[in-house]
Amino acid sequence: MLNYIFRRLLIALPSLLGISVVLFTVLALAPGDPFEELATNPNVPAEVRMMLRQQFGLDDPVWQRYLRWLTSMLRGDWGFSFQSRVNVDQLILQRLPTTIVVIGLSQVLAILIALPVGVLAAVKPYSWFDRIASTIAFIGFSLPTFFTGIVFILFFSIYLGWFPFVYRSDISSTGWQFFWDHFKQSIMPISVLGLFQAASMMRYVRSAVLDVIRLDYVTTARSKGLTERTVITKHVVRNALIPVVTLVALQMPAVFGGAIVTEQIFRVPGIGSLLIDAILRNDTPVIMAVTFVLSCLVIFFNLLADVIYGWLDPRISYG
Amino acid sequence: MNEQQLRGLIDEVKSGKLPRRGFIQQLIGLGLSAPMASMLLMHAGVAQAQTTAPAYKPTKRGGGGPLKLIYWQAAVHLNPHYAGGTKDQDASRVFYEPLASWDSEGNLVPVLAAEVPTRANGGLSADGKSVTWKLKRGVKWHDGKDFSADDVVFTAQYAGDPAAAMTTVNVYKDIKVTKVDSHTVRIDFPKATPFWAEPMVGSVGLILPKHVFEGYMGAKSRDNPANLKAVGTGPYKVVDFKPGDTLRAAANMDYHVANQPAFDTLEIKGGGDATSAARAVLQTAEYDVGWNLAVEDVILKQLEGAGKGRMQFFVGSDIEFVILNPTDPWNEVDGERASVKSKHPAFTDKAVRDAMNLLIDRKGIQEVIYGRGAITTSNFLNNPQRFVSKNTKFEFNPEKANQMLDAAGWRKGADGIRAKGNVKLKFVFQTSVSGPRQKCQAIIKDACTKAGIDLELKSIVASVFFGSDFANPDTYQKFWADMQMFTTTMTQPDPQTFMEQFTTWELSQKANKWASRNLSRWTSPEYDEAHKAAQVELDPVKRAALFIKMNDLVVGDGFIIPLFARPRPVGTVNKLTTNISAWDNLTAFMNSWYRET
Repeated sequence: MLNYIFRRLLIALPSLLGISVVLFTVLALAPGDPFEELATNPNVPAEVRMMLRQQFGLDDPVWQRYLRWLTSMLRGDWGFSFQSRVNVDQLILQRLPTTIVVIGLSQVLAILIALPVGVLAAVKPYSWFDRIASTIAFIGFSLPTFFTGIVFILFFSIYLGWFPFVYRSDISSTGWQFFWDHFKQSIMPISVLGLFQAASMMRYVRSAVLDVIRLDYVTTARSKGLTERTVITKHVVRNALIPVVTLVALQMPAVFGGAIVTEQIFRVPGIGSLLIDAILRNDTPVIMAVTFVLSCLVIFFNLLADVIYGWLDPRISYG
Repeated sequence: MNEQQLRGLIDEVKSGKLPRRGFIQQLIGLGLSAPMASMLLMHAGVAQAQTTAPAYKPTKRGGGGPLKLIYWQAAVHLNPHYAGGTKDQDASRVFYEPLASWDSEGNLVPVLAAEVPTRANGGLSADGKSVTWKLKRGVKWHDGKDFSADDVVFTAQYAGDPAAAMTTVNVYKDIKVTKVDSHTVRIDFPKATPFWAEPMVGSVGLILPKHVFEGYMGAKSRDNPANLKAVGTGPYKVVDFKPGDTLRAAANMDYHVANQPAFDTLEIKGGGDATSAARAVLQTAEYDVGWNLAVEDVILKQLEGAGKGRMQFFVGSDIEFVILNPTDPWNEVDGERASVKSKHPAFTDKAVRDAMNLLIDRKGIQEVIYGRGAITTSNFLNNPQRFVSKNTKFEFNPEKANQMLDAAGWRKGADGIRAKGNVKLKFVFQTSVSGPRQKCQAIIKDACTKAGIDLELKSIVASVFFGSDFANPDTYQKFWADMQMFTTTMTQPDPQTFMEQFTTWELSQKANKWASRNLSRWTSPEYDEAHKAAQVELDPVKRAALFIKMNDLVVGDGFIIPLFARPRPVGTVNKLTTNISAWDNLTAFMNSWYRET
């Protein structure tokens, strides 16, 4: 097992290196200049812009810039944002808590809804419960979050006036009021994202359970006289979870990446909005750092999913 | 308007026949900025008007609760001399102050200065080469240290150092600032400078504390913690700043103006989009002030219907205009498209240019698309309609355009498109992607089609169009199309730099990687001469007359077609009294904002 994990980690290194080369080259070839605002400002002579480019090493050949990025990354220096001139790791750390709370909770909400609903729907396929759940799920994943987000705002914030629709990372209240304020402002983004995820996840769980529930060993378990509850939880769900784990594990990096669209609508200062701002302003060090961390997480959670398979299904071995 | 007429006007103001305000508005109509007009009067010895700011009612400092601003772009740092965008400048302006600010009438309002320098009080030298500022006493930095002349001298050194690559470097690199005594400084200009109120004034003139910044000169400026944790003299002190998200501040209880500020805390939230920002101010009043709510007027009016807030429009110098390319963008000359050596096959004919001008329905576009967000104009520099200049005018007249084209020999072919010889009136019209601009393009295309001119519309993503990437063919600097439309902003109150964008020496071309500012590639020897003369002209009246002439030359030739002045749309909730000037930052006079009880 340890041997397997070690081997997988070793294989991950060249892929990370490859990813970083591709990311860096694409960013270097992409149009745009981080000092665009300066170029259109007549107060700033062209020499100042040229000097900044030189100072930040933007005029060197791509391979030199890449090597410089790689060596400083290995030393733990993530570079600094051209726009705010703040270190990138600091920017990311500032936004991490909000991202994890909002996006993480929406994932938890999605799992909490999708698992029971999906299993119940599969146990009695084509029942009324299944039909209603499936219809709602179809509606759920057909409606994009930017649409449901605005509908939520119009209904809950403007018509009912229950929740604020501008997310504030600095809430000055303390004690229970602090949690209440946070709850009030997070509930809309969390539900918009959570319900969207839950819809597709529920369909996934349902089909995975349906595949398993018809197998012979389930019939055997039933004929042994086990209660329906035990058959479902111990025998069916455990086996049906394997594809679901893959899905959830691959969703986890997205928790870090944030949800660009939903964050923009509710003004949640998460990593998604950091990324989109950086892209719009051509702030390459920030784009590079966020996308690279994302790819690291994708590789890591893939590995984690593989390890969990072994626990769920002992027949899977890591020889 | 020539020099004599201008002098006549100034005399009228002096003798009291013409109100000061009327004079400034007339000059705005001629394409000058309000600050410049105001400087003309000051030079002639006319006293400044009383400030037009609303009366300040609160009788004590603080106690006004929170003040919340929403910006749909977020500030990323608080160093005013780095500040690339308005969002950063406005955020830094909360903490830092200049010696004087520009109010909405173009008056200089002293802030950290004890008084505005004039010839009468000895502040201005006769040769126009130096200005002496007396500083306000008893001003303290947020950390408790005293503000003095050393800080002013230091700010000029800091910002003027090219190694630090500040955006204000042009203002400071050639001037010399000396300390006369602890509360007096003298600014020496290398040559006579008619427009002396640029360094240390307004958005480019924010004074930094020497004791906080002196360890971080030149290339080290990036490492200064004060870039995020500002230490200024302003009405609010930083509590917490998250780049790209939120800025929180609290009232400065040692502020140097009595009873100010009125609010206890300040919050500036950034990010999101303009429409929902408008919603948060006008419809739910979650925020008190919304910055640059560039949203279609129909929507704004609908949101205002909620009765919680209102829109205010501040006329500044932003102008939306169309350029007809004077050069040929489709054929290479010496390996360069749109080379300045080439001539546009159709637009060389003045009749075609004038017809294009007649085919743009400014009034219709303004009514249908922009509403209160645009004021039709015919001047290249700002010109609100009520101050229409006598020199230039516009009309929408398709019949006249048709007649002109017929008379000039452009005949309609079988396809309904006019042609003369082998030149067809078929043009590519480009602009950036933005709802109103595409609608505007469509309206212009419609009128042109009826007149036998075929327009192919092209819209380019803003980050590419306004980007300065010289490898990209679609930038507005390259202008590889027949026509283009965008908004230009005059960032300084003095038009000299702004008007440089039509000079021969600023031509944007391959040789300078299209990095120069004359992207229209329109030039004229007469214009060049007028600009050169204005650079060295000491007499402010003669100089103003030169700028008016330049404006008329640009507009008169027909390649540059001004459409609208774009006032700055600001949303405010009811009961909030603001003081905002389009000639300075939105937050420039924030110390005097208060809420009616």
